[in-house]
Amino acid sequence: MSGDPADLTIAEAAAALRSGALSAADLLAAVRRRAGATEAQLHAYLTLDVEGAERAAEAADAALSRGEDPGPLAGIPLAIKDNMCTRGIETTSGSRLLAGYRPPYDATVVGRLRAAGAVIVGKTNLDEFAMGSSTENSAYGPTRNPWDPDRVPGGSSGGSAAAVAVGSALGALGSDTGGSIRQPAALCGIVGLKPTYGLVSRYGLVAFASSLDQIGPFARTVEDAATLFEAICGHDPSDATSYRGVPPVVRPTLEAGPEGLRVGVIAELAGEGNEPAVLAAFGRTLEALEVAGAEVREVSLPSIPYALDAYYLIAPAECSANLARFDGVRYGRRLPGDTVEQMMAATRRDGFGPEVTRRILLGTYALSAGYYEAFYGRAQQVRTLVIEDFARAYGRVDVLVCPTSPTTAFAIGERTEDPLAMYLADVCTIPSNLVGGPGISLPVGRDGVGLPIGFQVLAPPLGEAVLLRAARAVEVLAGFAARPALATSEAR
Amino acid sequence: MPVPIDIAKVARLARLALTPDEMEAYGAQLGAILEHAASLQALDIQGVPPTAHPLPMLNALRPDEVEETLEREEVLAQAPDRDGPYFRVPPFMEDE
Repeated sequence: MSGDPADLTIAEAAAALRSGALSAADLLAAVRRRAGATEAQLHAYLTLDVEGAERAAEAADAALSRGEDPGPLAGIPLAIKDNMCTRGIETTSGSRLLAGYRPPYDATVVGRLRAAGAVIVGKTNLDEFAMGSSTENSAYGPTRNPWDPDRVPGGSSGGSAAAVAVGSALGALGSDTGGSIRQPAALCGIVGLKPTYGLVSRYGLVAFASSLDQIGPFARTVEDAATLFEAICGHDPSDATSYRGVPPVVRPTLEAGPEGLRVGVIAELAGEGNEPAVLAAFGRTLEALEVAGAEVREVSLPSIPYALDAYYLIAPAECSANLARFDGVRYGRRLPGDTVEQMMAATRRDGFGPEVTRRILLGTYALSAGYYEAFYGRAQQVRTLVIEDFARAYGRVDVLVCPTSPTTAFAIGERTEDPLAMYLADVCTIPSNLVGGPGISLPVGRDGVGLPIGFQVLAPPLGEAVLLRAARAVEVLAGFAARPALATSEAR
Repeated sequence: MPVPIDIAKVARLARLALTPDEMEAYGAQLGAILEHAASLQALDIQGVPPTAHPLPMLNALRPDEVEETLEREEVLAQAPDRDGPYFRVPPFMEDE
């Protein structure tokens, strides 16, 4: 077949595997070559599962040659963010504290991908415990942006985004607590989907903020993201917060187009505060939607200015509770101490990086006696206001839209000294985590120096069908086809 | 105005053995973040119910049946210190 298999979409690769034009072994080899050519610059991966991937590719080829249908993702090379457990394969969550940790079980999502025939290439880099917006907070060094290695890929799922953008995986999983799938997807020029809270099991995901965390896919097309979503969603008895109903059916309406779609532009997030190039690309996309028959109107969500502050109390509070489990007793590194408390305090001081330490301290303070009502309690009340604002808006529109990130990829080191500036990177993505509804980012253009710009679509909880229909319509209208220089053979 | 914080107490509660320099640096950063968060104090939200969880969900129960568990050896192999089938830790109290 013509071209490099590493540049295929999941849909194209699945068709080529089934027609016999391509073997899973050759596809894996192509993806590995791409990783070999780019990893020295990108550092998207923390661990490659060489043997496991080969076994999975062989199994897919064997099943295909027998004429069986080994599953929708059979032979497709995928990457997994390193905060999801993989049995026997190192899972660090980007932390020194978990160096060498080999989980005794697979996360439910990993099991589902394996059962669907996927080939898991390896584990990708992230901000430590998924706390960050640039992947610079990894204890194992930053991941770089495939469009410009001097810039960040976004975060916290920066490794998964960079791998898919450059072709060292055809798709990937990330986790999104305040934008950690959508923002890196925007900064790396690919598609990133955060499903409805509870639709995808979190059993085996290293917990950060349990009322906000959600696992979701990265892919190069909306259709591929839908395929991965279908493979990982559904009830899991091992996750007590898992949704018990039937997951939304997305495929039949994927190509329904923009006609008659009611699109609400979030006034508070689609104006000043965004870079001019981001606003220009956003505006062009809205015009195209309108010309194509969508009803575009402005919608105001007055609680939005408070969402960021509420998030940066709720998320650290939940993080401080969740990360209490890292105490040097059952797994991970341990430092010595004369008493168990000294051992724990020394282990945690040594094992956690600055951002994680900052958030644990902030959350511990916000939950401590005398401050609980003023900080955490108040943030939870503001969360109610945000939910009510969105519910009112969804009474009048089908989807809400805004830029995914107010800026394109920023320079490595630019914001590391200023936690508040880094937190502002999440202003457009945080509200939907507070609300629990799905969100997706897809590329719609590039700025003056060629960096990709993301367009975000949000829908009410369980609204994945209309979300993906709208995203697919935008994808067709925007016609974004550029690939990062690192992914093209000319550059290698 | 930055919010004053008893950072030594917070660090103790969080089981983080910070140095005095680290306490000073984190204390200042937290003060700045909490100052930003003071915007919430100005909101009139009396009577608004808090949201702990984005979707309405009740307790998830399952039948009380024996299921497969993790392999004990595989679990204990990850422990930094063990004594046979037990996790081993330093004493809970000093001078004993």
